[in-house]
Parts: sequence; structure tokens; C-alpha cells
Amino acid sequence: MTKKSSFLQKLIVAPYMVWAAAFIIVPMFFVAYYAFTDRNGNFSLSGFIATKNYIPLFIQSIWYGLLATVICLLLAYPIAFIISRAKPTTQKVLLMLVMIPMWMNLLIRTYAWMTILQDTGIINHILKLLGFGPVHMINTPGAVILGLVYNFFPYMVLPIYTVLLKLDGTLIEAAQDLGSGTTRVFTKVILPLSLPGIVSGITMVFVPSVSSFYIANKLGGISLIGDRIEELIRTNINLGAALSLVLMVLILVSISVMNKFTDEDGGILV
Amino acid sequence: MKLKTTSKIYTSLILFFLYAPIAVLIFFSFNSSKSTGVFTGFSLKWYGELFKNADIIEALKRTLIVASLSSAFATIIGTAAAVGIDKMTKKWVKSATLTVTNVPLMNPDIVTGISMMLMFVFVGRMFGQKSILGFNTLLISHITFNIPYVILSVLPKLKQTDKHLSEAAQDLGCTPVAAFFKVVFPSILPGIVTGMMMAFTLSLDDFIISNFTTDTYQTLPIYIYSMTKKNVSPDINALSTIIFFTILFLLVLINVTQSRMESKTKKLDL
Amino acid sequence: MQNKLVSLQNIRVKFDDDEILKGINLDIYDKEFVTLLGPSGCGKTTTLRIIGGFVTPDSGKVIYGGAEINDVPPHKRPFNTVFQKYALFPHLNVYENIAFGLRIKKLPEKQIKAKVTEMLELVSLKGFAKRNVNSLSGGQQQRVAIARALAIDPKVLLLDEPLGALDLKLRKDMQIELKKIQQQAGITFLYVTHDQEEALSMSDKVVVMDNGIIQQIGTPQDIYNEPKNAFVADFIGESNILDAVMKEDYIASLSGYDFKCLDGGYAKNELVDAVIRPEDVDVVPAEKGMLAGVVTSVVFKGVYFEIIIDINGFKWMIQTTDYQPIGAMIGISIEPDAIHIMKKSVYSGVYGDYSSFSDEVDNPEVETSNEVNTNL
Repeated sequence: MTKKSSFLQKLIVAPYMVWAAAFIIVPMFFVAYYAFTDRNGNFSLSGFIATKNYIPLFIQSIWYGLLATVICLLLAYPIAFIISRAKPTTQKVLLMLVMIPMWMNLLIRTYAWMTILQDTGIINHILKLLGFGPVHMINTPGAVILGLVYNFFPYMVLPIYTVLLKLDGTLIEAAQDLGSGTTRVFTKVILPLSLPGIVSGITMVFVPSVSSFYIANKLGGISLIGDRIEELIRTNINLGAALSLVLMVLILVSISVMNKFTDEDGGILV
Repeated sequence: MKLKTTSKIYTSLILFFLYAPIAVLIFFSFNSSKSTGVFTGFSLKWYGELFKNADIIEALKRTLIVASLSSAFATIIGTAAAVGIDKMTKKWVKSATLTVTNVPLMNPDIVTGISMMLMFVFVGRMFGQKSILGFNTLLISHITFNIPYVILSVLPKLKQTDKHLSEAAQDLGCTPVAAFFKVVFPSILPGIVTGMMMAFTLSLDDFIISNFTTDTYQTLPIYIYSMTKKNVSPDINALSTIIFFTILFLLVLINVTQSRMESKTKKLDL
Repeated sequence: MQNKLVSLQNIRVKFDDDEILKGINLDIYDKEFVTLLGPSGCGKTTTLRIIGGFVTPDSGKVIYGGAEINDVPPHKRPFNTVFQKYALFPHLNVYENIAFGLRIKKLPEKQIKAKVTEMLELVSLKGFAKRNVNSLSGGQQQRVAIARALAIDPKVLLLDEPLGALDLKLRKDMQIELKKIQQQAGITFLYVTHDQEEALSMSDKVVVMDNGIIQQIGTPQDIYNEPKNAFVADFIGESNILDAVMKEDYIASLSGYDFKCLDGGYAKNELVDAVIRPEDVDVVPAEKGMLAGVVTSVVFKGVYFEIIIDINGFKWMIQTTDYQPIGAMIGISIEPDAIHIMKKSVYSGVYGDYSSFSDEVDNPEVETSNEVNTNL
């Protein structure tokens, strides 16, 4: 590299560097700043101390997040496998079909389930026509899980599909050739090799599930930690910031723990 | 054969799960009554009401303005950044930059939104203003979460581009800048276009981050939020239907442009 | 004789803390075919890129037309490059690729067309103008790259291992083709390769490099017959390199036998390296040999047998048409003109023993016989 071009290349990244510093890094510090100060801007741990009242809520949110993640994994793995073994054109279409709902607004997706699950919704209407009594579905924990699974399902399919696609078909044949049955081929060959995809899928579903807001509120009539933060940030900015900080740390820790399971970094991008 | 049938059934069930809510939503947007559970007759009156609603039209206009501006800025800053990042020779600088780029993708949206909101609030207070949240802060936040998508769709194209192309052009008499636009730019154009379209779509669709970074300047998702806060009503269905088909159109457009550009390069391979 | 075109004067380059070039001095003359030859990492490509303007030397001078051009950017230099993997512009067809430099010069369309047509003819690609470059074979892409670089009449054409990506057969054909093109175009070629055979068959002048230093500059015959040190002797062809003592002028003692040779001017009893090419060793009955040893390996190579024999612990390579079985005791005889004496250098004792022999010629990139000569 000549000196001139290295100057030019610094110049070209400069706007982004400045931007990223100002609007990605600095805001993080403001979360910490508000978490460790009080209403008057003085250093205070009161916001932090108050977060301990929210431990049960954190645990509840993590529990919902885990449940949704596991269900997503169980539902998504087979479909990812089926797509990855289909003909190339079929693959493209199926993948597209799985991804399209993800591009729909989260609000609309959740709202759709709200109208369906309502006591006066279409399911109960059909049940009534069939002569069954109304089933109360909205505002139950089940509805919350359903909402989380529905909203984040494609995030699980995509990374698993990507890994399975790269999986060499001859590996499976080799395993069969060496005398493995179908189950053994799956547990000994396919599953271990698709682990990176599973890990990144879990991360991509768990993170938005735990931090979700609106979904639990609308479908479960309850507040998860995301909902509570959203309310608090406008009324008690310091407590809201402290909770956000805890949530952020929690999630970054779980991401790095998950990444320990696999050598591949990244994979976070859609 | 048996496995194939099972696969087909499973795929159908998953697709049913993914599309049934959207189908129900669209279905009831044509309902003549207010119910979203019982279809009483075909009518376009909710659409009519929608177009009469000046607030919605205004929100739509604002959404388009923010999406266009933010995707344009993000594309310029992001493409320049990708070119610079690609040329970085110091490993730690490169990986540090990429890590910062990944932060908005890994961080829960709610934390990203809150962190920026807190900074804006702080800056506002510094200037003695109650709130500076509005168009400017919304645009900044959208540009910020859009840039990583542009960078991450341009970078792979740069990697695929022969490092010597630019040198060859300079060798034949181009200045370094001319060499970039004449030779490198055409080969990364597909990545730039994909990145820009993704940024545009994400910006159109964003609710969570916008929820924190704007106040009076309402975009469509925020308007929908306030609509669904109140109750269930078919005019939301009508609006959702329009949004669904718009997104569908955009996605198909992205895919068609992509495969067109790909087939162009593929033709070259023949 | 010819005009001096480009001079490198004491060029030094460091990347980070690695010194890539340690004082390169090289003159390139008009219409010459010069080859920079050496193993990977020897600095030959960096030397080329310095002339092309892609690397600025830390010290030293690049002289062209009597002026220093160290800071002249690539696009202002009258040198053009054929890149290793061609670097053809994928979005342009053959015609537009070749026309690229001409368009930058803003020549009239008519002139461009004439020039491109001329170039296509020169590289035997008539009728390929409208083809997409990616639809061409490796050899054809190679020709387009050459035509593109030649189109704007460079003073020097720089070629960076241009045949590296081609298969053996095509490579041989292109060697002949390249030489032809150079003679027709009548310009200077500076050619970088690690393939010694390529260097010997095409060049007017070979520059052997290793470790950032020019080891020897000379005609292919000079380089082969009169290598300056053990590195050159080993890198160019096969060599037996032995420690020797110059008893007096024209008498070199090696492996305990006083051989007649044609070299003189050394101090009495000076320690030297002696090079004997495998094809110059004659096999004779053991009792008639100047030296004798046991055959440890025989490989049939078609025209000849490649025999390794152990003489006093040193493994000689011999190429002969007579089959000798493993274990046979044979003698060797060497004519005076087959012995080449070299001054001791840092490379002495590093090369030239075939005790750990693996086919070096096929893997010039891998330096195999790095083991220290056990005969020392």
C-alpha cells in the first residue's frame, strides 16, 4: 500500500467511525450513566438496588424465553432439514415462504393472533358452530408462548438451514456405509455438524424473546421485563436504565456462553 | 416415499401455522361489520375509512420519508465503511470495527432504542429543552440500525472481488478514485442494492427502536401501536393487509433484482 | 549496446518488521526479456510491484528516463502489468477490457477500434471481441490480459507469474507464445516466476533472487553453467554440491580425490564449493572410477535413470542411460569441464546432498533439501 491510498482509506471509513462512536458506543455509556445516578444526576446505586425487586420478573421472562426457544427449535429443525434436502428451486420458494412473515411488522403479527384468540375470535366462532363451548385462550401463558414462537420462528429456521445446506451429502452416505442406522446417522453425524446453526438459532430466538415487549402484554395480559422497562423508562428513567443495563449484560453473557459451543463466530445476521 | 409424504404434511402444517393468522387478518379486512370473528359480508368500507383518515396518510408519508432518507444515508456511509474495512490491514482494528458493527445486531432492539433515547434526553437537557425527540432523532436512530445491514451485505461482495482489479485499472491509467468507480463499484453493486433495499424495508417496518427515539413525529408502525392499544378494529386489518402486500412486493423485488444480477454474472460463467 | 530503460538502485522495502528487499540493484534494458526467478517470498513480486508503482520503496531509487519516479503513482507510469490471476474486468467484454486503457486516454473511437483489432490479432484472439471474459479458458483470459496491457503501448510489460494458473501443457505453449509476442511487440518484458525451466527457456536475462537479495544476474547459460553460489546451483536444475579444497589452480580435491578442473585464481588450499551436474557424471566400473560407491536408489525417468549413490557418506545424484541395480558398487568419472568451483557462501552446506531427496524440480516452492550436509 502506498501512503496516499492508506490516507484515502482512512478518510473513507471516517464517517462511519464517527457515527458508530456517537450513536452506538456513546449511547451505551448513557445507559450506564443513568443506571448509576439519581433524579438529580448524582451518583447513586438506588436504581440498581431497586432492580432486585424485579428478579422474579427476570426469571419469568427468561423462563418464557427458554420455553419459546425450545419449541421453536423442535418445530424448526425438521422444516430446516426438509428445505435443505429439497430441489434448489423448491428450496428457494420454501425458504421465501418461511421468511416472508418475519418481514411483517411484529405489531401486526401479534395483533393477528389477538383477533384470532379472542373470546369472540374466529376460533371460538368455529367451535361454537361445531357445538363446543367457548375456550378461553387470550390472556393465558400459552398465548404468550404462542406469540413468541410465531414471531421468532423464522430466526430459528434460517441458521439451521444454512448449516444443513453446507452439510456434505456424502458424509451421510459414508456414515451409512460404515453401518450406521438412520437414527445413529442423525445423532452421530447430522446433529453434531449442525450444532453451529442450532446455537446461532437459539441465540437469535432467545434474545428477542427475553427482551420482548408488547407480545406478552397483548396476548397474555401480563408484563414481561421488556414491557416493564418500556413503561419505567418514561416514568423512572434511572430505574429503567438500570434494568436495561441488567438485561443487556444478561443477554451479552448468554450470547457469549452460547458462542462457546461453537467455533463459528457471527451468524447473527439474517 | 413414506418419508416424503410425512415431509410434505409437516411442511404444509408449518406453512399453515405461519400464514393462517395473516390470512385471517386479510379476510376480516373485507368484513362489513366491526367483528373480527364473524364474517357478515364483503365490504371495502374499512379501506375507505383508512384513506379518509388524515393521520394515517400523514404517518405513511412520514414513514416513507424516514425510510428513504435513512436507507440512502446508511447506504452511502455503509458502503464507504465497507470499502474501508475491507482494506484495513491491521487485524485488531478490523475486528474491533466489525464488533462495533455487530452491536446493534446482537443487542436487543429495546436496549438499542433505550440507549439512544437516553443520550438524546441527556443532550436535550443539556440544551435546556424538555425533549428533542422527533424527526431528527428518529432519522439518526434509523440510519444507525441500518448501516450494519449495508456493511454486512457489501463486505462479502468486496471479498469476492479480485483485489487486483483496482490495481489493474490504475495500471491502465485510472486514478485510484476513478479505478474504484469504474471497476470495483460495478462488481459490488448487487451487494449495495441488496443492502439498501434491506435498510429501506427494515426502516419501514421498525417499531421497537422508533418507539423510543421519536415523540411527536409518528410513523406508521407507531400509529398502529397506538391503534392496537385501544382495541381490535377491522381498519387495522385493512391497514395490515396493505402493508403485507407492500412488503411482499418489496421482497419479491429484492429477490428478482438479486437473481437477475446473479444470472448476469452466471451467464458470464457459461 | 541497448538503452538502459529502468534502474533500481539500492532498493529496500520493509513490511511491518519483515525486510522484504535488502538492497536491490538492477538495470533493465530496452527490448529485453528479463525474468525475476526465485522461491516464494524471495521478493520478486515486490520488486515487480515497485516498478509498477504499487509499492513505494523505503529507501533507494527507481529511475526511469533519467529521473527518479519513486512517488509517481501507477496510473502515470508507462509500465503495464499482467496480473497473476489476470484481473480482467468481469463486467466488460473482451473488446472493452482491451479498450479500457485507451478509453481512459480518451482516444477517438476509430483509433480505439483499430488498436483493439490489432491487439486481438497479436494474441490470436480474432473473433473473440464480443465474448464475456468469464466465458474464456484460462489461456484465453491470459491473452486478453496481455492484450489489455499492451494496448496502451507500455515501455515495459510487467508479468507476475502469468502462467501459474495454467496446466502444464498450456503453460509450455504459452511460453513460446509469450516470447513470440515480446519479439513482435518489440518491448521490454519483466517476468516473475518461480519456475526455473520457464525462466531458462524464455529469458534474455535471468535475475535469481532469494531472501530479498539478488543472488545472480546473467544469461540462462551463465546461470546454469556458472552458478555463483550453492543456492543458484541448487535452484536451477539438479546439482551435487560438495565441499572441496583448491589444492592449486585447476586441481580441486573433493571426497578424497584430486579432480582436474578449469577453475583457477583461488588461494592455495582455499575451501570452496564444487558443483557437478548429475548428467555430467559418467558411470564406470568401480575399480576404474575416480570415486566409487554403492547405489541406494534407482528411478526410471524415461530417457535416463536417476541413480543415487553413496560415496563416503555423501549422496550423489547421477543421470545415466545405463541401468544399475540397488546395492551395486559402481565407479564415477568426471571430466574437468564438468566441475564448477564456487566461493563459499551462506548457502554452503545447505544444498546439494541428495540424502533426503524428494523431487525438488516438481515443487520449486518447497525447499526440500534444507538439511545440513552431513559430509561437513
